[in-house]
Amino acid sequence: MPSLIDFRRRIRSVKNTQQITKAMKMVSAAKLRRAQERVIAARPYAQTMREMLANLTAAAASDDRAGSSPWLATRESKRVDLIFLTSDTGLAGAFNSNLLKAAQKFADEHAGKEITLTLVGRKGRDFYRKRGAKILSEHINILNKPTYQDAAGIAKDVIRRYRDGETDGVYIINNDFKSVMSANLSVAQILPLPPMAGSGSSADYIYEQSPLEMLEQLIPRLVEVSVFRSMLETVAAYQAARMTAMDTASTNAKEVIETLTLHMNRVRQAAITKEIIEVVSGAAAAE
Amino acid sequence: MAESIQFQLVSPERMLVDERVSEVQIPAREGYIGVMAGHAPLLSELMDGGVLTFKAGAELKTLAVYGGFVEVQPGRVRVLADAAEFGSEIDAEKAKARLAVALKASGGDTAALLAEVAKAQAAVDTVVKR
Repeated sequence: MPSLIDFRRRIRSVKNTQQITKAMKMVSAAKLRRAQERVIAARPYAQTMREMLANLTAAAASDDRAGSSPWLATRESKRVDLIFLTSDTGLAGAFNSNLLKAAQKFADEHAGKEITLTLVGRKGRDFYRKRGAKILSEHINILNKPTYQDAAGIAKDVIRRYRDGETDGVYIINNDFKSVMSANLSVAQILPLPPMAGSGSSADYIYEQSPLEMLEQLIPRLVEVSVFRSMLETVAAYQAARMTAMDTASTNAKEVIETLTLHMNRVRQAAITKEIIEVVSGAAAAE
Repeated sequence: MAESIQFQLVSPERMLVDERVSEVQIPAREGYIGVMAGHAPLLSELMDGGVLTFKAGAELKTLAVYGGFVEVQPGRVRVLADAAEFGSEIDAEKAKARLAVALKASGGDTAALLAEVAKAQAAVDTVVKR
């Protein structure tokens, strides 16, 4: 039977842990709010770009050179590039393991194709380094405060590879922020351009440059923006997952403290009872 | 008062302008375009660096815009900027220093260097106009 002092020590240690998890939860909550604001701030650009792209694709389709443009030509998909975003640090429940599972599933679905990885975040990097996967580039410690420049830097190599025909498709896997309780796993095809929903209002625009030319300028930006958006979403989703994980940890700590306190009181009671019995029986013997 | 149009300027990181304006001057690839209500629909690239001005009421505001696209639709102008700054946010000294560095480096005459010069010049011009 552990003694009273052992219980006291255990309780104190769990209380310390609980304080830390509580603090981490608060920090994540604050970071989450900021991350969410950035996700929302980046939305109008992505939306506007999608609409412009829809208009331009409709207009460029009538251009006879469209078939020979590396951006629009359809080609057999033999090699694909995967941009895979995980977090740098853990302590966020199943956040990263879900992502890794999704990436493995993606690899299974594209079995027989050559997959080249662009890795953002330490967790994904560590995982694939160990497995000797084909890695194009890795980007660590940039998710604290992602900027558009970071995203452009990550996208640059992938864009070049697609243009030069070194790869036939570009995909992004990341967690999208949905709500504090749940992240949305997203596997998105960026290139070749998926068919546009609602081909936009192909009104009679005056095109200062030919639609095809503009499209060729716009598509690389689309890749950059997709990477940027994924980074922001990843950060928000990560902070949300971490907040939830830390909240659960705090609740668990509370439960442990309650159980320990109960046990401790029993032990204390038993000790007191024993002492009384000793006193009483001692007094009885003296009579 | 003249008819107004909705003017939006977005950069990847945030929306900078979303206002009713009477007139916008846009630094398009082929030269500056003035857009007022009733302009024909138009799509164009932007200069690598240019000064964008718009009139909201009696107020004239300027921004440095570093590349991107513009789309004019009936009653609406949208600028998709790669990056943009309000004139009031630009540090004049830093902008001038940047221009000096860019000009010195532009001897190589590559497109990237010239684009940098244009961007730096735009920042300086915007400061002058504000």
